[in-house]
Amino acid sequence: MSQALEDGDPLLRASGVTKFYGERTGCLDVSFELWPGEVLAVVGESGSGKTTLLNCLATSLIPTSGVVEYRMRDGRMRDLFRLGEAERRLLLRTDWGFVHQNPAAGLRMAVSAGANVGERLMAVGARNYGAIRRTAGDWLGRVEIAEERIDDSPRAFSGGMRQRLQIARNLVTNPRLIFMDEPTGGLDVSVQARLLDLLRGLVADLGLSVIIVTHDLAVARLLSHRMIVMKDGRVVESGLTDQVLDDPQAPYTQLLVSAILQV
Amino acid sequence: MHGNETANRPDELDVAPDAKRGAMPDWDYNFAYLDEQTKRMIRRAILKAIAVPGYQVPFASREMPMPYGWGTGGVQVTAAILGPHDILKVIDQGADDTTNAVAIRGFFAKTAKVATTLNTRDASIIQTRHRIPERVLTEDQIIVFQVPIPEPLRFLEPRETETRKMHALEEYGLMHVKLYEDIASHGHIATTYAYPVMVGDRYVMDPSPTPKFDNPKIDRCAALQLYGAGREKRIYAVPPHTKVKSLDFEDYPFEPQKFDRPCALCAAEGVYLDEVILDDRGGRMFVCSDSNYCQERREAGHAGDMLGDVPPQIGGQGTGGTGDTGGGAAE
Amino acid sequence: MYVAAKGGEKAITKAHALLAERRRGDPSVPEVRVDQIAQQLSIAVDRVMTEGSLYDRDLAALAIKQARGDLIEAIFLLRAFRTTLPRFGFSQPIDTAAMLVERRISATFKDLPGGQLLGPTFDYTHRLLDFALAAEADAEAGGAEGRPDRGEAHTPQPAMPRVTDLLDAEGLLEPDAPFNAADPVGDLTRAPMAFPAARSLRLQNLARGDEGFLLALGYSTQRGFGRTHPFVGEIRMGQVALEFFSEDLSFTVTLGRITVTECQMVAQFTGSAKAPPQFTRGYGLAFGQQERKAMAMSLVDRALRCDEFGEERKAPAQDEEFVLSHSDNVQATGFVEHLKLPHYVDFQAELDLVRTMRREFAGRRAANPENDAEAAE
Repeated sequence: MSQALEDGDPLLRASGVTKFYGERTGCLDVSFELWPGEVLAVVGESGSGKTTLLNCLATSLIPTSGVVEYRMRDGRMRDLFRLGEAERRLLLRTDWGFVHQNPAAGLRMAVSAGANVGERLMAVGARNYGAIRRTAGDWLGRVEIAEERIDDSPRAFSGGMRQRLQIARNLVTNPRLIFMDEPTGGLDVSVQARLLDLLRGLVADLGLSVIIVTHDLAVARLLSHRMIVMKDGRVVESGLTDQVLDDPQAPYTQLLVSAILQV
Repeated sequence: MHGNETANRPDELDVAPDAKRGAMPDWDYNFAYLDEQTKRMIRRAILKAIAVPGYQVPFASREMPMPYGWGTGGVQVTAAILGPHDILKVIDQGADDTTNAVAIRGFFAKTAKVATTLNTRDASIIQTRHRIPERVLTEDQIIVFQVPIPEPLRFLEPRETETRKMHALEEYGLMHVKLYEDIASHGHIATTYAYPVMVGDRYVMDPSPTPKFDNPKIDRCAALQLYGAGREKRIYAVPPHTKVKSLDFEDYPFEPQKFDRPCALCAAEGVYLDEVILDDRGGRMFVCSDSNYCQERREAGHAGDMLGDVPPQIGGQGTGGTGDTGGGAAE
Repeated sequence: MYVAAKGGEKAITKAHALLAERRRGDPSVPEVRVDQIAQQLSIAVDRVMTEGSLYDRDLAALAIKQARGDLIEAIFLLRAFRTTLPRFGFSQPIDTAAMLVERRISATFKDLPGGQLLGPTFDYTHRLLDFALAAEADAEAGGAEGRPDRGEAHTPQPAMPRVTDLLDAEGLLEPDAPFNAADPVGDLTRAPMAFPAARSLRLQNLARGDEGFLLALGYSTQRGFGRTHPFVGEIRMGQVALEFFSEDLSFTVTLGRITVTECQMVAQFTGSAKAPPQFTRGYGLAFGQQERKAMAMSLVDRALRCDEFGEERKAPAQDEEFVLSHSDNVQATGFVEHLKLPHYVDFQAELDLVRTMRREFAGRRAANPENDAEAAE
């Protein structure tokens, strides 16, 4: 459950986040705030800089300039790039989640589903096999994976199942913030729909904050409260998702919206 | 061995200009083989290791006259701490007369001319491979373990750069994942030797390939425990009276091996036994792995149910009384 | 003082005696002499010196004799001896540009200043066993008149600038790594390897590394596992002076001459919009005549530098931790062969577990004869 707010601080604040790759712009001067329980979609085509931005926010890339602050469980806002490596790694394992586009990147393919889900618990000191296993089985159920598959290796899972397993693995420590990088990429349409439904339910039930990168406006519409639109590394529009999608102001956003087939 | 042979060199040999030399040099090795500077370097590593229990200290392992993997780490540690008044015991698989133990003991007898013993109680330094003696060690003793792979996480994560970080940041979740998987697949934790332990509530350590049976002996041991890995170039230590806990789950607690019968020679119980195959019809006997312990019990009058029947090679007195002594004490 | 022998010690003593007998072989056959090995099996001697990290032909030859021709065993002997030697300092870097060249070839140019000098190479020989060599060897070693002239040049050596220096002058080749004489010299025999590895340690590791291992890795890069498009810029073999700067005397003393083989591989060029393209290098160096080793080393050196050029690191030869951790054949053979040592205590522990699990399996089977499914907990 997310912590009650004090002092009106957001959960995450990005200020002027900029990343250059030599001469090339990754992302330029991105600023926003994210509140508990809020889902923010970062939308754009490939090359827009959305994945670069995500990686800067999640501290897997160091920005060229700009600040990213996060509200720790003790209530203090901390500059993420001034944290010690131990603190940062702990954050990644407990208070945050990262759902990769390719589930194999976010799972241990060589160990069982149960171990995948239980790992974070063990990493923070859980020492009762039975309890770990029950918790893992519980989470498998919540992501709609049959519990008897708890000892199977993810290699035996379909793409959709692997993705759901990845989600369970991330959620088991009750994180407050989840980063998602095209979580439905590469999945069949019906599988996508099921996954999105699941995500929507979990986000609502658990009060999660999410930053989700996607090129798919339908995903943004379904999951997010607010969105920012990126092109060539810059933010061209931002606002409430429904407003941006129903009444886009920037020409590029209008182009994106009009390009979707209304089915 | 080497250094004592002189080459056969006729005086009129025409030598190539890049290799002029006269007679072969005559070498005099330093006490315990290593030069004093090397010993200082190793001692510094040992001190660091004692200061941070369970932490693997890198050291510049030297090329030794026995192969890597055959005890060079243990030998370097022993050589660095050995003094002329020490009494050294060397065991392998718990026994003094296994070939490698004999070779190493001979090495120190030759290069240090130090007193050696078969008796655990008389030794000030015990170098061991794969076993801890059954007799409880005292504050006056140091035990030196030969370690092949010092990194407990190695088979889960082959990269040294990554395991170093995991130790530094106390990220040991992966270790428990492995134990979890064992239980899920086998119903048991499948590690039976080199069973990982948590030292001083901080570092996870590999206690060397001793059977897990010996793990309880490491906990709060009165003696200093030193670990040397020559090939991998690491030294680590457990200072006396340090808490050492075998990793487990609350509901799957660590359990050492149990044998369902006593030693066939001396009737000892609660000790580690070697299985000896007697014939090709399934005949077996189980005898103490710790040869000295077994010997002392027999000398004190204990007798197992196969004591009279056992051929002398296996350690029995033998029915015919061979010329071989049952292993004398230090002279 | 020593302890009364038990079976193990007797066995070892007898084994040593048998080994000495086997080493000598048939007593009616003349015993091979160390100088014969040094002279007539010189390439074996060169390999032992290179991987033993000790330049001494006679000691290497002795090691080969003692090791019954097992070169890795000989390398081990030489290294163990080296450990005991006192050190008095570091030499100056050798200058291969000033080499007294016996062999010098380049694949990148048809001709070049100083020419292509074949030297004593197996290249272009026909690999036909020469049975004349099996005839009785010379009765005496005394026929000194027929020795070819060596080391006394009647015609002065023509200028032989290194190909890499020639390419460098045009800016076509990446410059040699910067060298600061004040930097401490890395020494693997004195400090453990750490990753990522500094260049000097990497090269030292490769120079001491097993020829076969590096050969296979180099070969793999040519077959596509980390391709570097190599050309032999130059291979040169000959004598260089070894110099030592004495603090006490405040000048440089020549200690003697050593023979080395050097290979400079010119490899895949890099460049970008900002930096003009240049060829890149791989470097190999070995004692004596060790061309295969020097070439393989240069291929692997270049492959390991992939990060410097933004090349994707995915082939075994590019994996620094893998290559540098497993190149030492003395370490490798020690650990592989240590499996011969008794492991019965640990095996007993495994037996115990397996027997227990089998009992449990049988127990479950007996309780549920219909259900053959594996019962995990």
